[in-house]
Amino acid sequence: MSTEYISFLEHQGKYKGIRSWIFATDHKRIAFLYMYAIASFFLIGAILGLLMRIELISPGETIMKPQTYNGLFTVHGIIMIFMVVIPGLSAVFGNFFLPILIGAKDVAFPKLNLFSWWLFMLGSILAVASQLLKSGPPDTGWTFYAPYSTTTGTNVITATTAAFILGFSSILTGLNFIVTVHRMRAPGMKFFNMPLFPWAIYATAWIQLLATPVVGITLIMLIAERLFGIGFFNPDLGGDPVLFQHLFWIYSHPAVYIMILPAMGVITEIIPTFCQKKVYGYKAIAMSSLAIAGVGFLVWGHHMYTSGMSEQARWFFSLLTFLVAVPSAIKVFNWISTMYKGSIDMKPPFLFALFFIFLFMIGGLTGLILGSVATDIQVHDTSFIVAHFHYIIFGGMGFAFFAAIHYWLPKMYGKMYNFTRANIAAVALFIGFNLLYFPQFLIGIQGMPRRYFDYPPRFQWAQITSTIGGFILVSAVILMITNLIIGVRRGAKAPANPWNGTTLEWQIPSPPSLENFDEEPLVKENPYDYK
Amino acid sequence: MFANNSNFVQGVDTAFYLIFGVAIFFLVMLTTIMIVFVIKYNKKRHAHAVQIKDSSTLEIVWTTIPIILVLVMFYFGWEGFLPMRRAPKDAMQVKVIAKMWKWTFEYPGMKQSDTLMLPINRAVKMNLFSKDVIHGFSIPSFRVKEDVVPGKNNYTWFEPKIIGNYDLFCSAYCGLSHSYMLALVKIVSQEEFDKWLAGLPVKKAEDNNEGFKILEKNGCFSCHSTDGRKIVGPTFKGLYGSKHDVMTDGVTRNITADSIYIETSIMDPNKDVVVGYPSGVMKSYKGLIRDKDMPKVIDYFKTLK
Ligand code: HEC
Ligand SMILES: [Cu+2]
Ligand SMILES: [Cu+2]
Repeated sequence: MSTEYISFLEHQGKYKGIRSWIFATDHKRIAFLYMYAIASFFLIGAILGLLMRIELISPGETIMKPQTYNGLFTVHGIIMIFMVVIPGLSAVFGNFFLPILIGAKDVAFPKLNLFSWWLFMLGSILAVASQLLKSGPPDTGWTFYAPYSTTTGTNVITATTAAFILGFSSILTGLNFIVTVHRMRAPGMKFFNMPLFPWAIYATAWIQLLATPVVGITLIMLIAERLFGIGFFNPDLGGDPVLFQHLFWIYSHPAVYIMILPAMGVITEIIPTFCQKKVYGYKAIAMSSLAIAGVGFLVWGHHMYTSGMSEQARWFFSLLTFLVAVPSAIKVFNWISTMYKGSIDMKPPFLFALFFIFLFMIGGLTGLILGSVATDIQVHDTSFIVAHFHYIIFGGMGFAFFAAIHYWLPKMYGKMYNFTRANIAAVALFIGFNLLYFPQFLIGIQGMPRRYFDYPPRFQWAQITSTIGGFILVSAVILMITNLIIGVRRGAKAPANPWNGTTLEWQIPSPPSLENFDEEPLVKENPYDYK
Repeated sequence: MFANNSNFVQGVDTAFYLIFGVAIFFLVMLTTIMIVFVIKYNKKRHAHAVQIKDSSTLEIVWTTIPIILVLVMFYFGWEGFLPMRRAPKDAMQVKVIAKMWKWTFEYPGMKQSDTLMLPINRAVKMNLFSKDVIHGFSIPSFRVKEDVVPGKNNYTWFEPKIIGNYDLFCSAYCGLSHSYMLALVKIVSQEEFDKWLAGLPVKKAEDNNEGFKILEKNGCFSCHSTDGRKIVGPTFKGLYGSKHDVMTDGVTRNITADSIYIETSIMDPNKDVVVGYPSGVMKSYKGLIRDKDMPKVIDYFKTLK
């Protein structure tokens, strides 16, 4: 090493103490800021979810009134979607590892990056405030469907303003990452020399940049309607409620890919490492990310098959929805082929990745039911949908996040965690997760509507199973986090390359120095060249 | 698994079986392969990975097969759905009126009922109207669901095939009592249906009070009764001129319900919240009830002794 190595955690900048964090422009510190914030929001959201599960354990009123319940599922949704899963992987691991994986010292606009975090916090604080202010928590569902949302007396304006600001943070992060990928790659690193996580983050960033403004405008229209009575959506004022749904889903369907593409990216990094094998179908995986991002813009109508859309529209959206499933299937085939004749090391990150593939397959395959018009009509707005998107969002994005933290924690903190406890937590998470969400598929097909405070007794067996699963899941999350904290505090020192990976982050010390590369990184033709 | 309760069950369930069949096949196959690989190529047994070259034949195969499969699934899903848009011309017409949190069914001849009584083996078209927000007309046993969107004339139709009782749910979230917005669907023989319909009272003539009409149009009566019952909000009976406690900015005070108070309660309901009732449930009717109509509303309140 040419200069003396000081890790970014110990590096002395302009500021000291807490200010060395909240005013940091180092992409790695910003990643930590996001991670701590998002982890806290996740725990809050999970507890709200558990409260709902307790309420649903028996028909009728169990621990709360309907209005409280309606507020809870709204808040749970807003927190989990806008404050946890959408920023999640790209803000935390994208920030930390995108620059490193392409051999850069930082993102293209470090100050803008910090500004994005501040916007994120501002939006989050407003979202939390909307729960506590006088008129009561918003009770519209996270989808804010008009005209209910333009007329209910609760704090809808505060909540939508929060979502608007959070959206801005997301746009700026996307912009930053796109420019980073184009301008900051190390000399010699062409697009097709990049590892696949940067590819995924790159595709995601385009969605963030192009789709988020739509939801921003939609929310502004909603606010204008509430404040000034401009009739965009309320038919009493001459508006069209279905217009709101179109605008909302033009963003919110691509938003699903904002969540899942980086998750696929993480899995694509982990599998080759623990199989000690070159990833199978590098180009196919990279291109399928772009294909998903592109076609994903044109399928939003599958959320609206029952809204009274024209036949042609239902036809069109159904066909495209089916086609967008294909690139995801290809990725699964590629991951599994990568394992073929590998030398597999069953460490916790790999275990999480396997669970991810299984849960993601269930989420994706049940998505076929929702793409097909006839079957979607039966399960639309039922707990089948709730189960499906939890399999994708939590089973997919959530498990990928857990996989990522177990994979990269040694690099980020320079410390190692206990493997046995991590494996136990992973298995418990997997069991709790399936107990919680799988029964919801079954009663959903039978017609159990979603967002129901009360339900017919014939659905109770599933609700009880789900609640038990919920408790197991939350306990497993606590076990997992505790294990990681113990690892960071008291764990053994992690070597630079604990998993024998080949991508650039493993060539630099753990934790990295302020500028990541004290020497020019050695760029390889294929980032996964295991010998 | 499913009984043939309506003419759509077969088409929809065929699509279900097909898609679930494909899904389960892939899930089991891929999971098995994954587990076999993990065991067989575990580093204890397989210390050195063998690097494999990408094969474009393989990639083409596993792109083409899924494309064909999804097209087949798309086709069956579409075929199962299309009949739902082809209501026969001679179908019986029923008007479905949805308002927060109640279903009303209007039969030919201005006859109204809270139960959806229908004759077996007869096509019926449901014309869906909402008086306030979006509701969802859903009868899972019949495989029908369509949103009831205000300002839009959505419809659905079906032909019941088996006598019995079925659940009708509101499937689109519509506020406080969404989960209580249920109705009973009763399928009976044609004779029984005719007898029942003949006995159904004709919808009572609208109350001619102007104020009543305004409140009715704005859906106040889903939360407020005029007969002393407490629904979601306090009853309107005897409200005008009464004295009771309200919370204003967290402070309890005793007020007399005069015209100013009633007007504030309608335009800015979260300002004075009646003690014992939740805030935020009632929305503001600013812009929905015009100022010049307010005296009519107040006059109506005065009649509710
Ligand atoms: C979603 C249910 C709901 C609807 C619809 C609704 N209200 Fe209310 N209303 C309430 C609740 C709950 C309260 C008590 C809490 C409060 O004072 O805000 C209330 C209170 C009131 C009061 C004060 C009553 C008192 O005892 O002091 C008046 C007056 C009133 N509403 C009028 C109306 C009118 C007029 C409409 C229709 C234009 C209407 N409400 C529609 C729920 C509703
Ligand atoms: Cu979607
Ligand atoms: Cu409803």
